[in-house]
Amino acid sequence: MEKSNTVNLDFEKTIAEVEEKILHLKDIELGDGVNIDGEITRLRQKSERLLKQLYSKLTPWQKTLVARHPDRPHSIDYINLLIEDFENLSGDRCFADDLAIIGGLGKFNGRSVVVIGQEKGRDLETRVKHNFGMAKPEGYRKVQRLMDIADKFNLPVIAFVDTSGAFPGVEAEERGQAQAIASCIERCLKLKVPFVSVVIGEGGSGGAIAVATANRIIMLEHSIYSVISPEGCASILWRSADKVKEATEALCLTAQDLRRLGVIDEIVAEPTGGAQRHREEAIKRVGMAVARHLKELENQSGEELKRRRTEKFLKMGRHLAKSE
Amino acid sequence: MNWISDFVRPKIKKASPKELSDNLWTKCPECGQMLFNKELEKDFYVCSFCGHHLRLPVLKRLQMLFDDGKYRALSLPKLQDDPLNFKDSKKYTDRLRSYRKLSGRDDAIVVAYGEIGGIKAVVAILDFSFMGGSMGTAVGEGIVRGAEFALKTKSPFIAISASGGARMQEGILSLMQMARTTAAINQLKEKGFPYISVMTDPTTGGVSASFAMLGDINIAEKGSVIGFAGARVIEQTIREQLPEGFQKAEYLQAHGMVDIVVNRTELRDKLIKILKLLLNR
Ligand SMILES: [Zn+2]
Repeated sequence: MEKSNTVNLDFEKTIAEVEEKILHLKDIELGDGVNIDGEITRLRQKSERLLKQLYSKLTPWQKTLVARHPDRPHSIDYINLLIEDFENLSGDRCFADDLAIIGGLGKFNGRSVVVIGQEKGRDLETRVKHNFGMAKPEGYRKVQRLMDIADKFNLPVIAFVDTSGAFPGVEAEERGQAQAIASCIERCLKLKVPFVSVVIGEGGSGGAIAVATANRIIMLEHSIYSVISPEGCASILWRSADKVKEATEALCLTAQDLRRLGVIDEIVAEPTGGAQRHREEAIKRVGMAVARHLKELENQSGEELKRRRTEKFLKMGRHLAKSE
Repeated sequence: MNWISDFVRPKIKKASPKELSDNLWTKCPECGQMLFNKELEKDFYVCSFCGHHLRLPVLKRLQMLFDDGKYRALSLPKLQDDPLNFKDSKKYTDRLRSYRKLSGRDDAIVVAYGEIGGIKAVVAILDFSFMGGSMGTAVGEGIVRGAEFALKTKSPFIAISASGGARMQEGILSLMQMARTTAAINQLKEKGFPYISVMTDPTTGGVSASFAMLGDINIAEKGSVIGFAGARVIEQTIREQLPEGFQKAEYLQAHGMVDIVVNRTELRDKLIKILKLLLNR
C-alpha cells in the first residue's frame, strides 16, 4: 500500500517520533558493514503497530481532528480517481457558480452519473477559491439543477459530503440560505434515480444534510456528521470554548455512533492510520462501497426509489417510548 | 367524524397576591411603555403604543386562529426521551422535566385541528417557551403526524414556527428531523393539499431551513427574525455591523423569501382569505 506523506496530528506524537527516527537513519552516512535495513524495517513495523493501536480507539475529538485533516482526500480527489470523463458543470442559472460545491457529469464504472462534491480546498489559494467548503445559496441551487439533469436523463447521483456547514454571511442570508437548503432537501427527496451520499470528512449540519438526504448514506470510519460543530455546541451549551471535547463526546457524531443510532447504512473502514495516510486506498474502498449500493438500487423503479427514500427519513428518530 | 366536539381551555394557574401585582403589567421591549396585561391579551400581545409583536403563548394563538376559539388537540405518541443520553452542564432529562413542569406539555409542539373560517384545517404550532422551540424528534413527530392527519382528513396544513433551530441535545437525530419534516410536507403537497407556513419571531436554523421555508405560501409575522445563521455568528464571520433590518420579516419579503408580511391582528383573516382563494371556495 503506497503511503502518502502527511502532517501528524498532536495526538500522533509517538508515531511522529518513530517516523523521525526512520528518516534520520536514512540520512546518516554509515561506514562499511553496517546494515540499517533491518532496523528501518523494525521501526516501520513499530510505527504501523502504533498507528493501528491508536486508530482503533480514537476518541470522538481525535476523530474530529482526523476528519478535518488537511491531507484527507477531498471531493476533487474522489472525482479524479473514481469518475472517468468528468465534465464539470458550473452555476445555478440564477446568480453565480459556487465552488464550495462542485458537480457535473461523468462515468462511474462505465455508467453515466451525476456527481456532487463539497470541496474545502487544500492550501490557502484553493481554500479561498472553494470558500473553505462552506456553500452559499447558489451552491445548493446548483445541486438542485444538477438533480434535474439526473432525473431527466435517468442518471444515478453520487454525492460527497465534506463541509463544516453552510456559509454564515450577510449575502448568504440575503439570497435565502434557509430556503436554498430547505428546497435542496426537498429536491433530494423527489429524485427518481438512485442516490448515494458519502460523508468523507466533515458532515456539518444543514449544509451537509442538504446533499445527504439519500437512499444510502455511507460514512468513512473516521468521519463525523453532526447537528452543530463541537465548537459551536461548547460555546452555546457550556458557554466555554474549552469544553469542546465534552461537547464532541455528548453529540454522538462519529460514524460508529450514527450507525448505532440507525442514521447511516454503512461504515467504510479506513486504511491503518486514516485516509490521509493512504489516500488512494481510501478512495478505492469508498468507490467499491458506492458501486455496491448503486447495484442494489439499480433494479428499483423511480417511484420506488423515491418512496423508499421518503419512508427512510420519515422513520428517522421515531423511537417510540417503550411503555406504549 | 365530528370535528369539533370539545373545547380545549388553557389551564389558569392560581396566582399569589405578590405574583398578581407583578403580573398585572408588562413592559413593551420595543417602546418601553407599560402595558396592562388584560388589554395586552385582548390585543393578541401586540403593543397598543408602537405595534410591536410580543410573543404570543401557543394556546392563545390557537384560540385566536380557530373559529370561536374552538379546536381539538391531536394526541401525539410519546417518544423515547433523551436518545443520546445527553448531558452538558445539566442532564437533558432534567431540562426536559423542568420545561414539562413549567409548560404542562410534553415538548415544544402542539398540533390542533378545527375550523378556520369554516374550513377544516390542521395547525401545528411551535412553542418558543419550551427550550426555544427547538426541533428534536418530538417536534419532528408532531409535524409528521400533523401533515399525515391533514392528508387523512383532506385538510390544509398550517405550520406556525417559532424556533431557534435544531435541538442540540438530540444531536444528529435532530438534524435528521429537517429531512423528516420535509418528507412529510412533501407528501401532503404532492397530493395537492395546501401547506401554509407562518413564521413568527424567531424562525431560524434547522426549522427555517426545512419545513418553515417550504410553504406553498410563506407568511411572516411583522418584525419577526427569520434566517438561517444567527446574527452573532454572522457578525463574528464578517466582523462588521449588520445592515439595518437584517433578517427581519420585511427584509425577507424584500429579498423574495416570504409572500406576505402580516400584522398579527390580521393573521386569521389573511389565512381564511388565502385558503378560500387556493381552494376556490
Ligand atoms: Zn411598544
